[in-house]
Amino acid sequence: MPELLRLATAGSVDDGKSTLIGRLLYDAKGIFEDQLESIRHTSEQRGGAETDLALLTDGLRAEREQGITIDVAYRYFATPKRKFIIADTPGHTEYTRNMVTGASNAHLALILIDARKGVIEQTRRHAFLSSMLGVPHMVVCINKMDLIEWDQERYERIKSELMEFAARLNVHDITFIPVSALLGDNVVQRSEHLWWYDGSPLLSHLESVYIGSDENFIDPRFPVQYVIRSQTPENPDFRGYAGTVASGVLRPGDDVLVTPTGTTSRIASIMTADGEVAEAFPPMSVVITLDDDIAVSRGDILCRPNNRPTVSHDVEATVCWMDERSSLAEGRSYLLKHSTRTVRAMAQTLHYRLDINGLHRDETASKLELNEVGRLTFRCTEPLLVDDYTTNRSTGSFIIIDPTTNATVGAGVIRVLATTHASPNVVRHDGRLSRLDRFAALGTSGGTVLFTGLSGAGKSTLAAGVEEAFVRTGRPAFLLDGDNLRHGLNADLGFSDQDRTENVRRAGEVAAMFAEAGALALIALICPFDEDRRLIRTLHEQDGLPFAEVFVDTSIEECERRDAKGLYARARAGQLPGFTGIDSAYEVPAHPDLVVGPDAGSLSEQVSLVLGLLDNLLR
Amino acid sequence: MVAPRVVADSGPPDGAPMAAAGTGTGHYRLSHLRALEAQSIHIFREVAAEFERPTLLFSGGKDSIVMLHLARKAFWPAPVPFPVLHVDTGRNFEEVLEFRDRHTAELGVRLVVARVQDDIDAGRTVEDNVPGATRNRLQTPTLLRAIAEGRHDAVFGGARRDEEKARAKERIFSFRDEFGQWDPKNQRPELWNLYNARHNKGEHIRVFPLSNWTELDIWNYIGNEGIDVPQIYYAHRREVFERDSMLMAVTEHLAPEAGVPVFETMVRFRTVGDADCTGCVESMAENVDLVITEVAGTRLTERGATRADDRISEAGMEDRKREGYF
Repeated sequence: MPELLRLATAGSVDDGKSTLIGRLLYDAKGIFEDQLESIRHTSEQRGGAETDLALLTDGLRAEREQGITIDVAYRYFATPKRKFIIADTPGHTEYTRNMVTGASNAHLALILIDARKGVIEQTRRHAFLSSMLGVPHMVVCINKMDLIEWDQERYERIKSELMEFAARLNVHDITFIPVSALLGDNVVQRSEHLWWYDGSPLLSHLESVYIGSDENFIDPRFPVQYVIRSQTPENPDFRGYAGTVASGVLRPGDDVLVTPTGTTSRIASIMTADGEVAEAFPPMSVVITLDDDIAVSRGDILCRPNNRPTVSHDVEATVCWMDERSSLAEGRSYLLKHSTRTVRAMAQTLHYRLDINGLHRDETASKLELNEVGRLTFRCTEPLLVDDYTTNRSTGSFIIIDPTTNATVGAGVIRVLATTHASPNVVRHDGRLSRLDRFAALGTSGGTVLFTGLSGAGKSTLAAGVEEAFVRTGRPAFLLDGDNLRHGLNADLGFSDQDRTENVRRAGEVAAMFAEAGALALIALICPFDEDRRLIRTLHEQDGLPFAEVFVDTSIEECERRDAKGLYARARAGQLPGFTGIDSAYEVPAHPDLVVGPDAGSLSEQVSLVLGLLDNLLR
Repeated sequence: MVAPRVVADSGPPDGAPMAAAGTGTGHYRLSHLRALEAQSIHIFREVAAEFERPTLLFSGGKDSIVMLHLARKAFWPAPVPFPVLHVDTGRNFEEVLEFRDRHTAELGVRLVVARVQDDIDAGRTVEDNVPGATRNRLQTPTLLRAIAEGRHDAVFGGARRDEEKARAKERIFSFRDEFGQWDPKNQRPELWNLYNARHNKGEHIRVFPLSNWTELDIWNYIGNEGIDVPQIYYAHRREVFERDSMLMAVTEHLAPEAGVPVFETMVRFRTVGDADCTGCVESMAENVDLVITEVAGTRLTERGATRADDRISEAGMEDRKREGYF
């Protein structure tokens, strides 16, 4: 039973993308002879000696005339193992929207690099957009290996350069393949020239990459698309809810909750025109009937009573703007189409615009222009039923429609903050001891201090000083150092925005446990974003645990002068894109409990300042 | 009816469980045909929910038959909630017209026929006065008239992206202005399965539920589902003659020029258009299994092999589509 694999390719003719696709299609018999004859004829008419395989995908007159790809082209081919749909998209910056279109449904993104040029802006853009759209797998073909004499060292250099960048993205599966599309090396056949490469050729990889776990089978979501009513002799009073399973598995007998109305019922049957089925999972299109006669309409989502989407008028999302005639600015009104629901919404806050190349956040930006990406909050007239895009592509995405032109002007991937995301079917288990009992018995009092500041500001040094002062006087304290956490608990995290936030969240959760146990938890973390610091604070305050934020205010110049780890030098050399203070912002804390500035004196004086703060905090 | 069967590159037959047996998350897998079917059904329901007056272009060709089959599945157990429309050029194969009438009657769907001849008679369009001229281009004004008369805001078409390179660039929801025109350089981005149905009065959306299907997918699905198609898709003996290296059938609409020999051979049609511009191919494929084997092995596209209308120029399809063609 062949599976369907959707892949999106991006790149320009110069990278050899069309040659690669042409080679793949030709060797897999995905090109027909009359198509080949037709482009051979055109190539000859233009005086080209060789058949230009790019003509295969350039379907519009303007594309052929200008020798460029303007729009997404879809190509189809099959091998005995899989059927492939290629969304072939142009690579230029100006066609970002087409790239986003192609990537939105893809299982896999195929990125091409010209081995002579290495990683260029376009490469980073493709990698970023694939990551933003949650494409689960990435394949990087380093092409034209023949033109660099099959040089392994150069291949490795390009690979590590892109890996550095990808570490800051939300990419979990990335595969590199050295190829020569022109000569066919490592496309379908293994290359003898590239004897040092021990992976699969491209086609074998595409045939075997595991996509079974890409769908979310955990959280049942059934957006009601259409209500089917029928009054036939066999079904005198039939009412069923038609839709496509967005995620999770649904079975007859399951209790369901209708959002946003909040009514509950039970699944009576799951039907298709071919008969009833015992279970429905994505991407099946089915009809669900319920035990109870309750009001359900298009736009509602059926879920489980203890596992439901977030229902909110405010939706925060990373948005790609796609309209050339207007820009996205605060205060403007749009329509958001999310799942099967379309609502009016106002762009309430533009938090920042993201420079895709360096992952730098520009918080002074007042609007998004064509092909720009930024973080926004929309205020909707009716609530949307959303999930975080990383857990649910269907209920985590929307398109933006301009109500005056009816054009699709943007696309958004939804971000639901982690603290609001706890699965409600996990019930807290209360121990026998209350917090006060515990603190009293141990003769201690727990709490958390977050030390934030630039890399090299002296956060860990100061926190370690406080830790020592505590422990030497018989009071439990423990330092949670950001770098150290990344070696263990957070070893699976990279430096993407999502991973950074997760890094902070875990540090905060662990600190709260130490504090609950009666210790002083000291977090030393750059934590550059206000939103993330708020997250840790909220986490503690919700539980009534003491919390303080200490801003170690050392100037960037001073940090860079110290550069104990040599990181600033590497960041300046462009090797660490998105490095805080260099090309990624540090949001200065607005209301820290304590600022340890350059005039704070010696380390022991600084420690005393913090101890003074703690006297009040822990009492 | 053709019995259901399992063949290479196909999903399970009728009644078979949709999920593959297995362990872990691999258990929840759809065959690629079931995935294509699910996407098409989603598209039909989306249109029914967001538009007031859809119609489905039904020619009696295999793609429109599969499309109508999917529409029935999408709304089952309720009937298909819109009529079907045929643009009749007056040059159709007799067998296909008979099939059209019988099939729609059997399914109980309402068939509306818009005749090119009516527009010619009323002087709204003028037929080319050269021998061998086809009515291909004349279909467009008749189609647009029928859309306007039916006040249709959504029109389902059976076009597939694998057919032709201009079609490979088409959206699933494809906007048409008040003149029915397609502007390929100004298409709406289409992401995830979120389709933008917004339009003003007088404008409409062409919807292509089969966008991601290939010719082989269509035939495998016809085999799996036991779908009935006109007999001319299967190998049969017929009087033919050769024209521009294509085999043309002798019909009431088409005869060879003087001196061109007519001969009898086993042929089948890969596509069904007008009798005066649709060629057939020599074939022994008398049933759906043999057709699948033949299509899987062919090295020519169906349009390249059998459609004179697509050989006009490199941009022939794009130009006709811009004017409002299917």
